[in-house]
Amino acid sequence: MSTSTTLYTIVYKEVHRFLRIWPQTLLPPAITTSLYFLIFGRLIGDRIGTINGVSYMEYIIPGVILMSVISHSYANVSSSFYSTKFQRHVEELLVAPVPNWVILVGYLSGGILRGLLVGGVVTLISLMFVDKVEIHSLFIILLTACLTATLFALAGFINAMLAESFDHISLIPNFILTPLNYLGGVFYSVSMLPEIWQKISLANPILYMVNSFRYGFIGVSDITVELALARIIGFIIFLISLSLWMLSKGIGIRN
Amino acid sequence: MNALSLQNLTKTYGNGFEALKGIDLEVEEGDFFALLGANGAGKSTAIGIISSLINKTSGHVSIFGHDIDTENREAKRCLGLVPQEINFNLFETVENILLIYAGYYGIPKKKAKVLAEKSLKQMYLWDKRHTISRRLSGGMKRRVMIARALIHSPRLLILDEPTAGVDIEIRRSMWEMMKEVNEQGTAIILTTHYLEEAESLCRNIAIIHEGMIVENSDMATLLSYINVNHFILDLANPLLKAPDIKGYKFELSSEKVLNVAIPKKNTLNQLFEELSMHNIQIKSLKNKSNRLEQLFMDIVQ
Repeated sequence: MSTSTTLYTIVYKEVHRFLRIWPQTLLPPAITTSLYFLIFGRLIGDRIGTINGVSYMEYIIPGVILMSVISHSYANVSSSFYSTKFQRHVEELLVAPVPNWVILVGYLSGGILRGLLVGGVVTLISLMFVDKVEIHSLFIILLTACLTATLFALAGFINAMLAESFDHISLIPNFILTPLNYLGGVFYSVSMLPEIWQKISLANPILYMVNSFRYGFIGVSDITVELALARIIGFIIFLISLSLWMLSKGIGIRN
Repeated sequence: MNALSLQNLTKTYGNGFEALKGIDLEVEEGDFFALLGANGAGKSTAIGIISSLINKTSGHVSIFGHDIDTENREAKRCLGLVPQEINFNLFETVENILLIYAGYYGIPKKKAKVLAEKSLKQMYLWDKRHTISRRLSGGMKRRVMIARALIHSPRLLILDEPTAGVDIEIRRSMWEMMKEVNEQGTAIILTTHYLEEAESLCRNIAIIHEGMIVENSDMATLLSYINVNHFILDLANPLLKAPDIKGYKFELSSEKVLNVAIPKKNTLNQLFEELSMHNIQIKSLKNKSNRLEQLFMDIVQ
């Protein structure tokens, strides 16, 4: 009887879940991002010209990929863990000798893998709209994608722990995540904003991720990549600590 | 060694409701133990705390000597729980529910398959192993929960109203299963509202009322407290008024049905003699209610 078997069981269950319902989990981002690339990148983008020395299409591709990673890593964990609570089979995890960190890592793995898989699908779709995708640093691309997926999977997990209804699961994505995504420099450079909005934008964590990720592709960023990565890692450490504390106290899952 | 030991266990919910007011309880290894109480008495709270689903306010719980605070994983390995409500994934197949649960206990898939087969066959669910669980009947869903609880061979099995809402045929087959599991050495704690179930299966009993243990003894001793037996008599001829015979309490529920309370020291022969003297002929008789039910009502009221 080993902890690795327990962890493997949760990861397998989570991955199997989103692969089994792929028309709900993998297909929609493919369609949505195709429309982004077609409308914003091709139809409108051709009239915009270049930003930071690259075409508008090339400029938005990294942001759109990362936006998909963010929303799907978040949605996977929040919906899966909340369903587990809602159907009460979270009790299986609580009654069994499963360490809290295994529950956390298991559910995060599902979210991270779905986020990265969706990111891969969107990357493939972007290839239909540009001749080739520029890669400045593959290491920065992969590192930023993995850290971003981890951070939002964690946020989704905390959301699910605190949620008491399905409404609570949709509130954060609709009213916080989507605005932050769109205001995080996916479709524009923050240098295009008035000075006051540039400063306000620095409080948006997604801005750091998008810029770090974009730097991996085109080698241009509105902010220092090292600072961006350090901030993401800082957020991750904070949310891991918070999640483990909530699990140990049983917040939202034990009476 | 005790299978379960509760010491001064208390639980006060956030709204101030005191569900448990300091209960002490010991269940011996291999025992078949009934934990009875009315709805809201505190049974499910106690079970929730024992199985780590509810945080206790204070007190100690140990399962086979493992304290749930300090040796949580060891304590959990000894415990199997069949909860009151369905709590498995309704979109999974029956076999997968068991395999995933075994995985939570760190049992490798190959071994888990063998154990799942054994457990499902024991619950007569083997032919349903590929069925999506939401398509099962209520009785089958309950049996899935028992099969799941047995997969890691727990030394203590808690069954929280396992036969609620199932038909008599399934209930009886579940009784046989519970006896079989107990005979194999697993201690069982049973909560039920069917008191005849507790009376026929359990050796020891505790009654919980308003968060306190109000009775805790072996079943035989408890039943010996009953000093009145109640019978329902079917009369050969109609009566207009219940007879008045010293030492007995009669109540006419219809003109040909007479209820009687007989002191335990009296025999039925004495009763029949008295009734014959009053020219009352009896066609048949039956127990008015389960003995434990009578006692339970006396204790909690």
